[in-house]
Amino acid sequence: MCLATPARVLSVSGQTAVVDYEGVQTTARLETLNEPVVPGDYVLVHAGFAIQRMSPEDGEVTLRLFDELAASVSQTREGDPSDGLAR
Amino acid sequence: MSHPFRLADPRRARQLADAIHLLAPREPVKLVHVCGTHEIAITRHGLRRLLPETVRVLEGPGCPVCVTPAADIETAIRIAERGAVVCSFGDMLRVPGYGRSLDSARAAGCDIRTVLSADEAVQIAKATRREVVFFAVGFETTAPMTAAVALERAPANLSILLAHKQIPPAMAALLDLPGTGIGGFLAPGHVSTIIGAAGYEESMAHRRMPVVIGGFEPLDILYAVALLLRQIRDGRAIIENGYPRAVESAGNPTAQRLLAEVFEPAPAAWRGIGVLPASGVQFLAEFMQLDARRRFDVGELVESPEDHACRCPDVLTARAMPSDCPLFGTRCTPLSPVGPCMVGSEGACSIWFRYEGERAL
Repeated sequence: MCLATPARVLSVSGQTAVVDYEGVQTTARLETLNEPVVPGDYVLVHAGFAIQRMSPEDGEVTLRLFDELAASVSQTREGDPSDGLAR
Repeated sequence: MSHPFRLADPRRARQLADAIHLLAPREPVKLVHVCGTHEIAITRHGLRRLLPETVRVLEGPGCPVCVTPAADIETAIRIAERGAVVCSFGDMLRVPGYGRSLDSARAAGCDIRTVLSADEAVQIAKATRREVVFFAVGFETTAPMTAAVALERAPANLSILLAHKQIPPAMAALLDLPGTGIGGFLAPGHVSTIIGAAGYEESMAHRRMPVVIGGFEPLDILYAVALLLRQIRDGRAIIENGYPRAVESAGNPTAQRLLAEVFEPAPAAWRGIGVLPASGVQFLAEFMQLDARRRFDVGELVESPEDHACRCPDVLTARAMPSDCPLFGTRCTPLSPVGPCMVGSEGACSIWFRYEGERAL
């Protein structure tokens, strides 16, 4: 029920945007959004409302976090007492 | 164009699973999530198969439909019987109340309509002179939409049956129940988009409980489990954000302001758990005219006894897996559900039934 899906903003008119979920277009209300959006931005949409702006680079940043954790843990196994992450 | 947030990658899944095995404690540890969307991702992708034997992940009270008390469902039905149009998210329709559901009330002639958002209920109200009631269930992710509708000039024939719930008090309550034995919480990503990491501080203060906010792609969940196990290994207990692309530490202040302008915390009854202080919401005085309970006095309703064999109360409090229930898959199936966990599409039993749950392991 707390499902929210990233969608690309196609156009903005006042407090409503037309968004695209991988080919499916619908509208999303923007009153619940913390910052303005422009076409090309991504927003997380829940029950007809956008709740968070996301940038396309965030996906890549996330993958780097995964890789850093996996690398730091496997280093620890090889005898390095620190896991290499800033605390 | 490829989707920038579709994070499916078998190589990374293997790396994260390896990290989980290296971080896992020798003693058994029970991790609990409180989100039906997490359970769907975990079960559908078979993520439990990737975990060491010592690490168990269970769903707690993570299905808003499942934790909605039978009295609220009965209230919605009685309102519909007085001739109002009742608008509900589709998940809610088949959940048993006092021996009947919104679906059976519809079959008996009540006007019950399925909506995908609070906004749709507004549109329905604008198109009719009849009374229209929006049955507002859901956690912090969903409550701001109800607040947004309350703040706009809602049509005079619209009222709202509030059943919103707040997750952090329920997490704290689980820790106080006997027999839960929780080693860490996988916190729900989209509730956290609204409340932020900061939203758990009050409920988790002095609890010494590791909490990691997790996203919903399979890799997000493996990553969050690894972060939880690392906290446990290191003897730490902090609120950690494992889903930074969608969650800021302070959450979404605009949505929080909408909530504060319309609602105040109130005690709420959770099916399977009981009444928890400050775990629900009620309207502030200036929005009382929108309160469907005031507009339609259906009398005081008390919870009816549940089927004794049904273990939904234990499933909702992470003290049992669906397969621990003697009714699971025998007397209780999605076509003839006994308890709410088999009805809500985010109920643990319904998810396990659909995706073969642990039997696939």
